[in-house]
Amino acid sequence: MVLGLLSWAIASSPGWSSVQQSYFDPAEARLALPEVAEAFVFNVRLFLVAEVTILAVALVVAVIRVLPSPALMPLKLVAVVYTDVFRGTPTILVIFLVGFGFPALRLEGVPTSYFTLGLIALTLSYGAYVAEVVRAGIQSVHPSQVSSARALGLTYGQAMRLVVLPQGLRRVMPPLLNDFVSLQKDTALVSVIGLVEALRAAQVRASNDFNFTPYVVAACFFIAVTVPIARFADWIALRQLRREQGRVLG
Amino acid sequence: MRRQATERAASLLQVEAVRKRYGRNDVLAGIDLSIDTGEVVCLIGSSGSGKSTLLRCLDLLERVDDGTIWFEGVDVTDPRINADVVRRRIGLVFQAYNLFPHVSVLGNVTMAPRRVHGRRRREAQDEALALLDRFGLAAKAHVFPDSLSGGQQQRVALVRAVATRPRLLLLDEVTSALDPELVGEVLSMVAELKDEGMTMLIATHELSFARDVADRVCFLHAGVVHEQGPARQLLDSPREPRTRDFLRRFHAR
Repeated sequence: MVLGLLSWAIASSPGWSSVQQSYFDPAEARLALPEVAEAFVFNVRLFLVAEVTILAVALVVAVIRVLPSPALMPLKLVAVVYTDVFRGTPTILVIFLVGFGFPALRLEGVPTSYFTLGLIALTLSYGAYVAEVVRAGIQSVHPSQVSSARALGLTYGQAMRLVVLPQGLRRVMPPLLNDFVSLQKDTALVSVIGLVEALRAAQVRASNDFNFTPYVVAACFFIAVTVPIARFADWIALRQLRREQGRVLG
Repeated sequence: MRRQATERAASLLQVEAVRKRYGRNDVLAGIDLSIDTGEVVCLIGSSGSGKSTLLRCLDLLERVDDGTIWFEGVDVTDPRINADVVRRRIGLVFQAYNLFPHVSVLGNVTMAPRRVHGRRRREAQDEALALLDRFGLAAKAHVFPDSLSGGQQQRVALVRAVATRPRLLLLDEVTSALDPELVGEVLSMVAELKDEGMTMLIATHELSFARDVADRVCFLHAGVVHEQGPARQLLDSPREPRTRDFLRRFHAR
C-alpha cells in the first residue's frame, strides 16, 4: 500500500521521465552490465579474503584485551590503542593513508599491489570494529564456564578455544554478519586509490555516456550479495534461539 | 622441603592454616584439615562460612593468601607449581552444574579426557558411554545439556568429573540448586561413588545425607574448622555450643 503510493507519487512527478532516462535506461543497463559484472568479481574477491583476515585480527585483539594476566599490560595497551584509533578513523581515510602512504615509504617488502593495500586498509579498519564485537561475545560467557573448564584441568588457552569462544562467537553471530554486510559494501571504497571495482567501472561508464544507469546496475550487484548474507544472519539467529530452548542433536 | 614432602605423604590432602580474604572480609581465617585416601568428609556450616571458597582454593581456582595445601605430598600453594597439572588430579563439581551448553552430554564428558589426558576420541567416548550408562544417562548422551532436568544435569556434571579419574573429588553443594524431588537421584549417585572408594570432600546442607555417607563431618564457622568428628557423633552430640546452635537452627527450619 505504502510502496504503491510511493511509486505512484514518483512515477507521476514532473521530472520522472528524465530521471527514468538517466537512471533506468534499459539499453544503457545492458551495455554497462558486463563491465560492472566483471569488476564486481574484484569486490567479491576482496570481500572473501578480507573477511578471513579481519576475523583473524579481531580474534587476536579481542583475546589480548580480555587476558587476565597483568604481565601483558603493554600488549593490552597496544590492543586498546589500536581499536580506539581505527574505530575512530573513517574507513575511507584509512584507505587513503594506507593506499598512498605505504608505497610512498619505498621500503623493501612493503606491498605495492593495490589489492593488497586495499586489503590491509579494510582489515585495519574493520578489525577494530569486529574485535569489539568478538570481545562482547567473550564477555557474555559467564565466568563459571571458565571455572568449570579450568577445574577439569584445561589450560586457559584451551578453556578459551574450546569453551568460551565457541559460545561467545555463536552469540554475536548476528552482529558479526551485520558487520560483514557492511564490509561487502565498503569494498567499493577502495576505488579511491584507483582500483577498478564495480563502483569505479560504473563511474567510468557513466561519465562516458552521461547516464547514471550503471550506478543502479552496480547497486543491484551489491544488493544481490548482501541480501543472502542478511537472510543467513536471520537463519543463524533463529537456529540459535531454537537450540537454546533445548533440542535434540539432529 | 623434601623431608617435609615425604612426611606428609600419609594424607592425600593436608590443609594448614589456610587464609583467604576478599577486601576486608576474612573468608578463610586459618583452616586446618586433612583427608586420607578413600575417606569421605562433609563440610557443613551456614552460608558464608567459607565452604565454597575453601573448595575453590583447594582446586587452585583461587590463590590462598596464607597457609599451605599439601596434595599427594606436594605443596601446591608454591607459586612455581603448575596449577593445571594439579587440577587434572582433582575434580570439582559446582552447585550450578556449569555444563558446557554448546556441546552434547557426551562432548561434555569426553572433553577433559581427550584434551587434557590425551585419550583417543574413540576410547574416551566408549568410557564416557559406559559411565553414563552406569548412572542411567546413556539415553541422554547425544542431547544438549539445556534439555535435561537439573538432577540429570548435575549427574552429568558428576560423570564429567569422574571421567578424569580424579584422586580427590570436591563437591560444592551439588544439590542446593535442585528441586527437592531431584535431590535424591544426585545423592544416591554420590553414595555410589563412595562405595567405589572415591575420596571426597563434600560441602552440603543435606545433614541426613552427611550422616549416612560421611566418615567425618567438619563444621565450618567464621572461616575456621570449628569442630570435627565422626559423622554421627558430631551431628547427634556435638561438643561445641556453636555447632549445637547451628544444628538446632537447621532442624528448626
